[in-house]
Amino acid sequence: MSWEPVIGLEIHVQLKTESKIFSGAATKFGAEPNTQACAVDLALPGVLPVFNETANRMAIKFGLAIGAEIAERSVFARKNYFYPDLPKGYQISQYELPIVEKGLINVAMPDGTTKPIRITRAHLEEDAGKSVHDVFPGQTGVDLNRAGTPLLEVVTEPDFRSAEEASVFLKTLRGLIRYLEISDGNMQEGSMRCDVNVSVRRRGAEKYGTRAEVKNVNSFRFVEKAIEYEIERQILIIEDGGEIAQETRLFDPSRNETRSMRSKEEATDYRYFPCPDLLPVETTKELIEEVKATIPELPWEKQARFEADYGLNTYNASLLAQSKSSAKYFEDVIEISKAPAKLVANWMGDELAAALNKENLSIAECPISAERFAGLIARIADNTISGKIAKTVFEAMWNEANSTADDIIEKQGLKQITDPAQIKAVVEDIITQNPKQVQQYKGGNERLFGFFVGQTMKATQGKANPQQVNAVLKELLG
Amino acid sequence: MQIDANEIQKIGKLAKLSFDKKEQEKYAENLNKILDFVEQMNQYDTTGITPMAHPLDIAQPMRKDAVTEPDVREDMLKLAPEANAGLYVVPQVIEDKES
Repeated sequence: MSWEPVIGLEIHVQLKTESKIFSGAATKFGAEPNTQACAVDLALPGVLPVFNETANRMAIKFGLAIGAEIAERSVFARKNYFYPDLPKGYQISQYELPIVEKGLINVAMPDGTTKPIRITRAHLEEDAGKSVHDVFPGQTGVDLNRAGTPLLEVVTEPDFRSAEEASVFLKTLRGLIRYLEISDGNMQEGSMRCDVNVSVRRRGAEKYGTRAEVKNVNSFRFVEKAIEYEIERQILIIEDGGEIAQETRLFDPSRNETRSMRSKEEATDYRYFPCPDLLPVETTKELIEEVKATIPELPWEKQARFEADYGLNTYNASLLAQSKSSAKYFEDVIEISKAPAKLVANWMGDELAAALNKENLSIAECPISAERFAGLIARIADNTISGKIAKTVFEAMWNEANSTADDIIEKQGLKQITDPAQIKAVVEDIITQNPKQVQQYKGGNERLFGFFVGQTMKATQGKANPQQVNAVLKELLG
Repeated sequence: MQIDANEIQKIGKLAKLSFDKKEQEKYAENLNKILDFVEQMNQYDTTGITPMAHPLDIAQPMRKDAVTEPDVREDMLKLAPEANAGLYVVPQVIEDKES
């Protein structure tokens, strides 16, 4: 009998504000420990939180982008627990009345389908500090720089059925928060962190199985690995007649496995109650309109436009639209080169993407500017060079700053031969030099056609236009 | 609703407080008095009334997103019982138990 995994995600998105959610301390990443923690963040007696309006606007912006309901009235609550990196003994969060509820994100999957993922809610809260366990023997060091950094916690419905869906969704979400300029969305630096809820049930069953929560999985690859491990672990337990414990588990990337983190008898009871230090937050229609006006063309809107205007398939369009810089690069290249969009999309998806991946660069860091890349594409489009020669030119451009495709074609004499008389002369030579192969070909060995093409290309150092070579060969060989 | 000594012990544990038997009884009695006091609310019909999240019927004022607090690390670290290398130092906390 087959099993169906049911997966939900909780994503903590660090909002890109200058100052903290309830204090005027700075939020820069990588500062010296405790240099960005003021009296409010340290919970000294008598301090009071004052809410950062930009954090509120960013949450509203996110809500509007996913078509969610924005609460007219949201309320901060206290989530109570003890840990040294939480000086107040509680975290200020939104519980019963979050700012954002009931949104939807449509995810473009690699197989061309679209997977709708419902967003239960997104609420504002403060981040905790960081505990350092391995520096002082027998002691824990506490850095409170991160304490009070604004977080938007995005909670999905259990709508994922595979690890791949979860990971593609996370990339889509990261693309969105970057478009909206509300977060860096950098999983390695912790500005986007993910908890994963996994359960399994027999295919066709209505009831969900008992779920395990895997905490702080900090890369797309780890999210996939953690989910795959959990699915397998849970199926094995149930098939052995056991039961899944509802518990929190921790992913260990060095061993690609999850392990139990909290013992069950210490079941958490956060005793939420409205925070008496903060009043309800009112969101007016005017504010919503104001924020709405700042929303740029969204990734999926761009993707739909790329499909409609340029005839790209959904997945390719979604890849190009995933970051503002790649979408801009794509459209700049089309505009400058005047080449067909599909040609640009293919070259960006193949050669350019492979070269960027190899050196671990983003498109924003690409050593070949859109203008130079357009120069190369234009020469492919107007048949000056073949696709194969273009790869050589691309490589030279990649390694030589500021070089243009035209310079390289000129310098290395790579210009494609399109003069019919010249091609015909070369082909005639090849035929004369290889009488044996001609005879075999005419005797029915059609596979030898490739041999003639190869010889012709070799004789022209790959510069002959391949379509013309084919045509001339067909004509002369009969 | 009535609070008994067991409940006091449970709440105490969550708050990291411990009480002896005499204290448990005393706090149970005090808390029950508070609950009885609040219980009076139940004689009123509150159907259709939005619960308030705060006694003041006004909205939260907000601040502009600007850094206004300087680095006060040296002063703050001095207040702590122990500090080292810019970090506050506390007895070891290991939450992650191996199963």
